[in-house]
Amino acid sequence: MVKLDAKIPAGPLADKWAQYKATQKLVNPANKRKLDIIVVGTGLAGAAAAASFGELGFNVKIFCIQDSPRRAHSIAAQGGINAAKNYQNDGDSVYRLFYDTIKGGDYRAREANVYRLAEVSNNIIDQCVAQGVPFARDYGGLLDNRSFGGAQVSRTFYARGQTGQQLLLGAYSALSRQIRKGAVKMFNREEMMELVLIDGKARGIITRNIVTGAVQRHSAHAVVLATGGYGNVFFLSTNAMGSNGAAAMRCYKKGAFFGNPCYVQIHPTCIPVHGDYQSKLTLMSESLRNDGRIWVPKKLEDAEALRAGKLKPTQIPEEDRDYYLERRYPAFGNLVPRDVASRAAKERCDAGFGVNETGLAVYLDFADAIRRLGKDVIEARYGNLFQMYEKITDDNPYETPMMIYPAIHYSMGGLWVDYELQTTIPGLYAAGEANFSDHGANRLGASALMQGLADGYFVLPYTIQNYLSHEIQVPRFSTELKEFDDACKSVQERINKLMSIGGRCSVDHFQRQLGKVMWDKVGMARTKESLTEAIAEIQAIREEFWQNVRVTGERDEFNPELEKALRTAEHLELGELMARDALLREESCGGHFREEFQTPEGEALRQDADFMFVSCWEYRGADQEPELHKEPLNYESIKIAQRNYKE
Amino acid sequence: MSCFCLSSLAKKLIMSISGAFLMVFLVVHLGANLTALFSQELYNEVCHFMDTNLLIRVMVPVLAAGFAVHIAFALLLTFQNFMARGEQRYAVAGKSDVSWSSRNMFVLGVIVLGFLALHLFHFWAKMQLQTFLGLMGMDAVPNHDPYTLVRELFGNPVYSVVYLIWIWALWFHLTHGFWSAFQSMGLNNANWLPRLKVAGTVYAWVIALGFSAIPIYFLFF
Amino acid sequence: MIQNMEKKGLNLTLKIWRQENARSKGSFETYQVQDISPDCSFLEMLDQLNEKLVDKFEKPVCFDHDCREGICGMCSLYINGRPHGNDSGITTCQLHMRHFKDGETIWIEPWRSRAFPVIKDLVVDRTALDKIIQEGGYVSVNTGGTPDGNALPIRKENADLAMDAAACIGCGACVAACKNASAMLFVSAKVSQLALLPQGRVEARERVTRMVSKMDELGFGNCTNTRACEAECPKEIKISNIARMNREFFVARLQD
Ligand SMILES: Cc1cc2nc3c(=O)[nH]c(=O)nc-3n(C[C@H](O)[C@H](O)[C@H](O)COP(=O)(O)OP(=O)(O)OC[C@H]3O[C@@H](n4cnc5c(N)ncnc54)[C@H](O)[C@@H]3O)c2cc1C
Ligand code: HEM
Ligand code: FES
Repeated sequence: MVKLDAKIPAGPLADKWAQYKATQKLVNPANKRKLDIIVVGTGLAGAAAAASFGELGFNVKIFCIQDSPRRAHSIAAQGGINAAKNYQNDGDSVYRLFYDTIKGGDYRAREANVYRLAEVSNNIIDQCVAQGVPFARDYGGLLDNRSFGGAQVSRTFYARGQTGQQLLLGAYSALSRQIRKGAVKMFNREEMMELVLIDGKARGIITRNIVTGAVQRHSAHAVVLATGGYGNVFFLSTNAMGSNGAAAMRCYKKGAFFGNPCYVQIHPTCIPVHGDYQSKLTLMSESLRNDGRIWVPKKLEDAEALRAGKLKPTQIPEEDRDYYLERRYPAFGNLVPRDVASRAAKERCDAGFGVNETGLAVYLDFADAIRRLGKDVIEARYGNLFQMYEKITDDNPYETPMMIYPAIHYSMGGLWVDYELQTTIPGLYAAGEANFSDHGANRLGASALMQGLADGYFVLPYTIQNYLSHEIQVPRFSTELKEFDDACKSVQERINKLMSIGGRCSVDHFQRQLGKVMWDKVGMARTKESLTEAIAEIQAIREEFWQNVRVTGERDEFNPELEKALRTAEHLELGELMARDALLREESCGGHFREEFQTPEGEALRQDADFMFVSCWEYRGADQEPELHKEPLNYESIKIAQRNYKE
Repeated sequence: MSCFCLSSLAKKLIMSISGAFLMVFLVVHLGANLTALFSQELYNEVCHFMDTNLLIRVMVPVLAAGFAVHIAFALLLTFQNFMARGEQRYAVAGKSDVSWSSRNMFVLGVIVLGFLALHLFHFWAKMQLQTFLGLMGMDAVPNHDPYTLVRELFGNPVYSVVYLIWIWALWFHLTHGFWSAFQSMGLNNANWLPRLKVAGTVYAWVIALGFSAIPIYFLFF
Repeated sequence: MIQNMEKKGLNLTLKIWRQENARSKGSFETYQVQDISPDCSFLEMLDQLNEKLVDKFEKPVCFDHDCREGICGMCSLYINGRPHGNDSGITTCQLHMRHFKDGETIWIEPWRSRAFPVIKDLVVDRTALDKIIQEGGYVSVNTGGTPDGNALPIRKENADLAMDAAACIGCGACVAACKNASAMLFVSAKVSQLALLPQGRVEARERVTRMVSKMDELGFGNCTNTRACEAECPKEIKISNIARMNREFFVARLQD
């Protein structure tokens, strides 16, 4: 079995990163010019990394599937970004942010990485302010903060309900500056199809131009994958339509280990599903839980009447409402972490107390807050969210409670990386949501933006040099090499195969089927049976897909059906991998809840003795089961405890 | 600075300055015209003053240049703006909620221009121009009673109606043009926009009613 | 409110611009869709049409979209004479079918501008907007070595105005709506955001000069102040930004 080396620097936790930076190898400016880096993805992680590499003097090529780098899905993050600035003087510190993140992740994240993340969080804020990101400010002109689930301090920086947008535009502007300088070359509407290895090292990629369909080759000394998360395996999620796990899967198939695929986050505050035609789910920012109170009716007959439309929520008297989060978790109340809030909602709905026509929704009520603070204050805080809700549902949340239900939102799992963010393929790095990341089994709100930017601005620009310093003698690679030919051919073949099937069902049909299996059996509550069934069902869908999918149009043209087919093909494998990982992990932790493992009160029950490890999956061929490797997690600075949000 | 004049913003600056200059001219012109409502002597005297005053004489070519610049840039901008849409145009005309005048500044301008020619031919050529020619020692027929000329022309209902059309085209041009000129010069913000719009509307009404008063007066009295 | 009554599906006639690629000539095609739920979004309605087309082995209608929640700026579409359709303050992906009447005919066209050539069907190339940003829509700071975030207090009013401008999603509706296909609102939003913040003041002169000349070079039209851009901007960005850009530009050029 391969020994996984996380390359965690020695020394006390708080000194590791400083120590690393002080002793790592660097590349001198004259040599940087000779080295090429490919960055796939222009989200926070990719754009920040590419801009920083460009500033340092490397030659960078960056790719995205949208028409502009500014449209990466990071743009959609609403709530905010954490940092341990302690501007509010409420007792925050790097250690506390580190501690909250590890605890929030249910003790399944790597200590050293998380500590580094907390450490550089403060630099991120400084960096973004300097770029002109218009963070919210108070009347004294200083930066404002809000609080977020899973924390008892106010450490979240925000720009109205558009924090991700503003941070991404900041990174995009830095990227644009490097593009103008010529340091970075931008390839938009260009999808990565394959990773090219030469002598076991990542040396380039094959892409497909989305407009012309041309299959193209790009070489480099190192490749950074920052392609975001794979929530769309579930078909319905809060992710953008183009978000996909395909790029990561393509690297997995070339030998990069996939870490913790079963860890996905289900966000508690999304607008409930409303019809079969639904294409995606909309998130209502978690910040709403600061002032909104979550409830369902106490009486089953009320719930029935609400579902049938015979009663309105405002007609349910106070004493007949069950504020179940406040009841179960007095200390954190409505601000418990996402996984806890999501499961609690599911528990109530499963018990028959759900509302909306489908019975799959709970109320998020602002009546109290409006009474206490006035409509103006609520409008200033959440005006745009309320408006968005009303546009979608036609309900006015100032007058009637919102309805929400959990939905797939984020993938903690991803390509396994070491302390340097390098995957098991030398020269291939993974950043942002695409790596298995620092969030363990559950991510706290406002921490993904932090991680993406930390990886891109402050980690990769250092660690990649440690690798590239050994590559300065290596001349640029020709894309005529056999390795490129082979990779190109395999892409062409895959495309030809899909185009030639000419079956009966659209791509969406299969992705939808997969999504349903994933949601029902690999979703919020998993069991050994459900997972075993899921694996068999996914295999069947996959088989059917390769025989019966219908891709219209031509291969050499703008063809969204083909794009979707290529991604869905990978999702059909990723889904199975997720189910396998979930089946293996016989415990409940964070976003992974196995019904067999719960406390009598229904809380997640970890099995630390057996499962305190990162599961890393190695691809072994199309018809082979993947092989499991374990990276043990050692906690030196933190005392492990059962997560407790009650007191 | 050569490229400055060709930048989109500078072209609009020139448009707005020339437009503003023309708006000032309209006020002076209106002031002179309105005296006709009061007495023949006064009006003739004002005309005489206008014909002979040195400042005014210097300003006439400046005014002509102002018009020329405004019109030249109007043509340039309108042409460029037309081209910017590209070859394939929308099948459904824009339904955005915008003021009608703002979309039709060129058409309005052309109506104004058409009248301008008529106006120059009927009045200016027989009044100020003659004095100027005379002053330059050329053959001229100085008009010592412009009041009568005005009276006769406006006594003709067709002419008066044409004149009124012009005035209302001008009204539309100005309701948009007034605040738009400030905006183009950068002298606007969210607070000032409504104020400028009010000021522009008042200005346009004053000009339009003022100029209308004369033909109506001569038509009916 | 709670929907008790049965919602009636809509039957619609769609006139959609179809064009094979950038070089070919396009034309309008007519399609019928039946029983569209008033609760579904405009793009979900097109998804349903596309499923039907795939069923018939026809090529689905191409349109740009991604986040489907009104923030990425990817969706476009000129619907019945208005960019992003007949509702204000939203993008096409947020337009819901309840704004249409049963039996209605809907015209769907791509953004039209010389600077945005059509790539296919309803998809246009908007990289011109990126090119303008590349000319100066940034603050020239390198990663690291920046002062503390609170080192420089910023008047809340200015921070708020900067945020108003920064809300631009770069969708290009302003260009599509403008009778002159002008990009002033887009450019001025970025110029304003950075001009209002002390961080951006340092390069304000070079920025506005370069961005405006790039905008002109790319073939966008001039501004007639019709305010169509403001009326159609899904983020309701104000033309006061254009006035600010004008000021910035003239002052910059005067100092040259
Ligand atoms: C609705 C929503 C709200 C959120 N709110 C918050 C929040 O408030 N706070 C927080 O901290 N986090 C939030 N998150 C999570 C956070 O936004 C994401 O985890 C994070 O932005 C991911 O950034 P990224 O750079 O890793 O990837 P992304 O931003 O997803 O970028 C992926 C990039 O990869 C490109 N790409 C993908 N595949 C390919 C391919 N094959 N070839 C070429 N390019 C490819 C895409 O074009 C894109 O440029 C939210 C997420 C969602 C969905
Ligand atoms: C007394 C006569 C006139 C006055 C007072 C006047 C005034 C103005 C003013 C103030 C503006 C606004 C400028 C801006 O937006 O910055 C304007 C715009 C315009 N004027 Fe005139 N104008 C007059 C005559 C004309 C004529 C004769 C034409 C001929 C074609 C014309 C064509 C235009 C056009 C096309 C615009 C809009 C330019 C644009 O913004 O694209 N105007 N005018
Ligand atoms: S799809 Fe992102 S704004 Fe419409």
